[in-house]
Amino acid sequence: MTRPFVFEKPLGMRDTLPLLYDLKTSIREKIQHVTETWGYRFMNTPTLEYYETVGEASAILDQQLFKLLDQRGNTLVLRPDMTAPIARVAASSLKKEPFPLRLAYDSNVFRAQEDEGGKPAEFEQIGVELIGDRTTSADAEVIALMAAVLKEAGLEDFQIAIGHVGFIQELFLSIVGNEDRAAVLRRYLYEKNYVGYRQHVREMPLSTIDQKRLMGLLTLRGDGSKLNDAIELLPTEAGERVLDELRTLLQTLEAYGVADQVKFDFTLVSHMSYYTGVVFEGYANDLGVPLSNGGRYDELLSRFDRPAQATGFGIRLDHLAEALGLTGEEKLPDAIIFSPERRSEAIQQASERRAKGEKVVIQELSGITNLDEYSDRFDDVVYLIGKNGKGTL
Amino acid sequence: MLTIAMPKGRIFEEAVELLRQAGYKLPPEFDDSRKLILDIEEENIRFILAKPMDVPTYVEHGVADVGIAGKDVMLEEERNVYEVLDLKISGCYLAVAGLSDGPIKGVAPKIATKYPNVASNYFREQGEQVEIIKLNGSIELAPLIGLADRIVDIVSTGRTLTENGLMETAFIEPITSRFIVNPVSYRTKDAIIDDMVERLSAVVEGGSLDENR
Repeated sequence: MTRPFVFEKPLGMRDTLPLLYDLKTSIREKIQHVTETWGYRFMNTPTLEYYETVGEASAILDQQLFKLLDQRGNTLVLRPDMTAPIARVAASSLKKEPFPLRLAYDSNVFRAQEDEGGKPAEFEQIGVELIGDRTTSADAEVIALMAAVLKEAGLEDFQIAIGHVGFIQELFLSIVGNEDRAAVLRRYLYEKNYVGYRQHVREMPLSTIDQKRLMGLLTLRGDGSKLNDAIELLPTEAGERVLDELRTLLQTLEAYGVADQVKFDFTLVSHMSYYTGVVFEGYANDLGVPLSNGGRYDELLSRFDRPAQATGFGIRLDHLAEALGLTGEEKLPDAIIFSPERRSEAIQQASERRAKGEKVVIQELSGITNLDEYSDRFDDVVYLIGKNGKGTL
Repeated sequence: MLTIAMPKGRIFEEAVELLRQAGYKLPPEFDDSRKLILDIEEENIRFILAKPMDVPTYVEHGVADVGIAGKDVMLEEERNVYEVLDLKISGCYLAVAGLSDGPIKGVAPKIATKYPNVASNYFREQGEQVEIIKLNGSIELAPLIGLADRIVDIVSTGRTLTENGLMETAFIEPITSRFIVNPVSYRTKDAIIDDMVERLSAVVEGGSLDENR
């Protein structure tokens, strides 16, 4: 490659300039506050992990991992998500702590670089993991918490789509009989290729009723009434169990007061094999990509030798910031511009005002090249110039 | 308001006709406008006119809620969008063609195409090692003047091939236009999109999606 220009950054990397930084900080603080009030404890893990452990266990596809080698030749990944590292910690350092564990994180995660804009290779994610709790109350809790933090962050218009991987799996197995054939159908849904799905279903040697059931899955989207349609597609014990679970979930979300934001979508398949039960995604109007996603992952912890059922969500802070918009004016600090003989006075005034929480810059006059341009960058400017009293220019 | 990304050119007229049949009231001057953005207020729909290859890009990024794109473009671009309905318009197919049907001679077989991903995937699946040369049009020229041994392109009637002395050497897959949907719009504008899919599929299939055919 050609030598980069001095201002260039590696592909997919972004700067966070002050205005965006302020917005992100304010979002971050609100979300952290709410999450803490729900009893979740924040934690951090290292940026680099082994490819063989966290890399392979994570929900992120292999080709999306950002890989590198360490000096000893181990393959490392820049952490692609926080769920797998937290599972590693829950199964090791926090092994003595009893389940259920409520943990939270706010970290930058990494994905393989992509040529196209709008797909950064590094972005901040805030989320929670509720580990060691198999109940539907746990599923509802993380969904309700996600809704609560989005609301607190200032997002008024958002929606959450809820699906259930277990339902899809039971439906497919009850019709096509084995996992291999179910996986083919699941892949069409995962690839969002409904045309291919329908064609595949039409070509399978199935009864008309079974074909109808498979086709019907694609239209299982909407409010709670869709749960009744769902049972017609899967009138088995397993189907009844999943739907009971979803009814309880909906009731619990009603109790949390977030049922209005929620819709069911049985076609939601966000991963080929990682999730095991309820899955969900959060959307903001006028943002073309999901804000957040999550779901139940009951197999992950066993990869770290502490089998446990778990659920959680992650919110992409960059997408959330985009949804909220950089509308706010930058809150400008005040300035005290002084000449050397009144330096101590300036320091004195500034520390008093800073103690009250005001933002105050002190700047010696001779350090400024263009006073007009410079003072425009402040809300209010006080001049401490000359030997006596409050001098002005 | 629903934003639809439409492909300019060949597919456009067929797509407009399909929407009219589905009961969307599109003004008669609609077809020959040169504007890139057209608002149809009575339907609360905005059309954006894009290069066919770019339609899935607009839809993936969410600046268009839905779009009409050829399956060839979907295969090439592999965008994160829902492929909801086969509109069964603008039918053609992807094929390999060359000067003769015989084995490819030369140091390294070269394939010229507008679809480097499709071509590369196809030959990989065939277990053949080839080198791809990306062109932007008049692909038929490549074997004639010795740039490549074969081409991968869409074929509708085969006339361009025969007129240039080329023959089809392999069929890759059939192509039609698809109705594609942004994953977020699919949830946040579900009512209006489901209605559109229902009406379009009624025209295409002569029946609803629920019906098994």
